[in-house]
Amino acid sequence: MAPSAATHRAEETPQTADPLVSIEGLSVDFDTPRGTIHALRDISLEVPKGKVLGLVGESGCGKSTLAYSMIGLLAENAKVAGGAIRMSGQDLAHLGPKAWRDLRGRRISMIFQDPMTSLNPVTTIGKQMIDIQYREPGSRAEKRARAIEFLEQVQLPDAAAKLDVYPHQLSGGMRQRVCIAMALLTRPDLLIADEPTTALDATLEMQIVTLLRELQEKFGCSVLFVSHHLGTVAELCDEVAVMYAGEVVERGAVREVFHTPRHPYTQALFDCDPARFRQATRQLPTIPGTLPDLRQPPAGCAFRARCTKAFARCAAEHPPLYTAGPGQVARCHLNDPAEDAA
Amino acid sequence: MIFYATQRFVLSVVIVMVAVSILTLMLHVVPGDPAVMILGPRATPELIEQTRVAMGLDQPLPVQIVTFFGNILRGDLGQDVFTGRAVSQIVFEQLPYTLILITVSILWAAVLGIALGCYSALRRNTWLDTLTGVISVGTISIPSFVMALYSVLLFAVWLRWLPAIGAGEGVWDGVTHLILPSFAIGVSWVGYVARIVRASMLEVMGQPHVRMARAYGLPDGWITRSHILKIAVQPAVTLIGTGVAHLFSAAVFVEVIFARPGIGALIVQAVNERNYPIVLGAVLVTTGIIVLATLISDLVIAWLDPRQREEL
Ligand SMILES: Nc1ncnc2c1ncn2[C@@H]1O[C@H](COP(=O)(O)OP(=O)(O)OP(=O)(O)O)[C@@H](O)[C@H]1O
Ligand SMILES: [Mg+2]
Repeated sequence: MAPSAATHRAEETPQTADPLVSIEGLSVDFDTPRGTIHALRDISLEVPKGKVLGLVGESGCGKSTLAYSMIGLLAENAKVAGGAIRMSGQDLAHLGPKAWRDLRGRRISMIFQDPMTSLNPVTTIGKQMIDIQYREPGSRAEKRARAIEFLEQVQLPDAAAKLDVYPHQLSGGMRQRVCIAMALLTRPDLLIADEPTTALDATLEMQIVTLLRELQEKFGCSVLFVSHHLGTVAELCDEVAVMYAGEVVERGAVREVFHTPRHPYTQALFDCDPARFRQATRQLPTIPGTLPDLRQPPAGCAFRARCTKAFARCAAEHPPLYTAGPGQVARCHLNDPAEDAA
Repeated sequence: MIFYATQRFVLSVVIVMVAVSILTLMLHVVPGDPAVMILGPRATPELIEQTRVAMGLDQPLPVQIVTFFGNILRGDLGQDVFTGRAVSQIVFEQLPYTLILITVSILWAAVLGIALGCYSALRRNTWLDTLTGVISVGTISIPSFVMALYSVLLFAVWLRWLPAIGAGEGVWDGVTHLILPSFAIGVSWVGYVARIVRASMLEVMGQPHVRMARAYGLPDGWITRSHILKIAVQPAVTLIGTGVAHLFSAAVFVEVIFARPGIGALIVQAVNERNYPIVLGAVLVTTGIIVLATLISDLVIAWLDPRQREEL
């Protein structure tokens, strides 16, 4: 299955010595009229330097919340309830608006899910690309030339002419290429991509993923790639973190996790991977059951109610992240060496 | 843009022509003979016949319409029944007073309304937002003639700060004479514009491209201007463009109350005297201006938003 796609990138070693970003015990709550949603609970994760970290999980598990908290764009009703996001000596989880503005579009940039609505509809592509270079010295002509250069990097045909068109005159795939060009133009250390291909069809999706891979290798930035499509994660990522109900339940090198998933949830995700069912059925198989209520996360294992392998301990004790293999951790009691002995 | 503007202009001319045809027909549909109405019940049949010939009413209807169009194209809107002066001359004498009144009214109201709406959207749920909301709804529900009466009482009669009557002579006098009437007309528009700008600002602020602009660390003021306001102001522009018709009817009341010269006062007087050529001429010019205002607001929106240029 999926590992075949991942094996061609076998050299990687997970959790390199010096990560670009390290998230330590991050918790994020949303205040809503119907109670507090604990959307992220005690997330610990590292984004390795110059590598691609994939973030997968079902809809509503908190992938976007995590991605937005790393660029300071959480909704107004969100608040960081604990933990830290460390990046070169700064704690991003507790940064003021001014410090955030300095980081965004300089050290961190982001590609969003829907290219149709992500660009300003009343401004030309060229002006938007020049605007984001507002901190850069240099003349307008130089910035324009730089914009063209990056549109060529994303293989947009007839790049120079594209500067004078408005977003609605481009197709979805072209717009996403423009968004990628803009994100790379600022030469970020960290590029966050929140499901950048979900709104595109399958052929375009693969083109964009290949492009992202090439450009990431060329520019050497770190990428946080959010997706619920395992095939693209296998294609693009070095490491992967699997999220469930606001927690990281498994993480490790893509090769290890895809080859030997150590958490029943990860296993269930593979069983439902649409890539494996492409010919067989048009309907997506789903994991039976639903996400727990994030206002009152269950006491034991969050996945317990839907897990086919659950046993008594899962209800009583919240599983820690057990080391499950070289550089691979999983939040499941089955990985406790003590369980093997029993 | 030029293609779009040309298209819109042609459409506007067509609209005015249709309006003119309807006006001419109306003259014939209203019960009674216009000549009789002008001359009153005691006119002799000879006099009536004479007037009918003078007004061209003895000709067949299609001929009248064609003649009417031809006359309009030559700038001839007919003659005042009583003095025999050219209607076009009378109307264009009065027009500047009304134009300056409604322009000043809508300008101050739009500027203040947009600023308040913007502020309320950016600082929503603060006490100033709530206050603007309450005042907006309050002023929207007060008719402009009531506003005019009370502002005359307060500022002209009790406080004696501002003149209440006429249009004034000279620039400075003209300005002081404009303050109260333009306040009376504009004040309810402040509320309208503020409410509509606030609502559309809030909508645009939630759109992904605004989040994207923030993701690039663009300064807040810049985002507000070129990413939010440029889109959010469009409904207000349309509102003002189509609202020019209402401004004219508000001007009718206000000009009468403040005894200002202007189209409104002219129409009221002409209707009282059954001076049909003047009523017709004034309504025709007013229609032209209303169509022109809509055209301008459409062009402003097309200039702000490229997506609008592609549809008619
Ligand atoms: N502004 C908000 N207010 C309240 N709850 C929110 C808010 N944003 C997200 N949530 C909740 O937080 C949880 C995580 O949402 P999030 O958008 O991060 O999920 P996701 O993994 O990105 O899902 P998807 O795959 O659908 O994008 C969900 O239960 C969601 O309902
Ligand atoms: Mg999401």
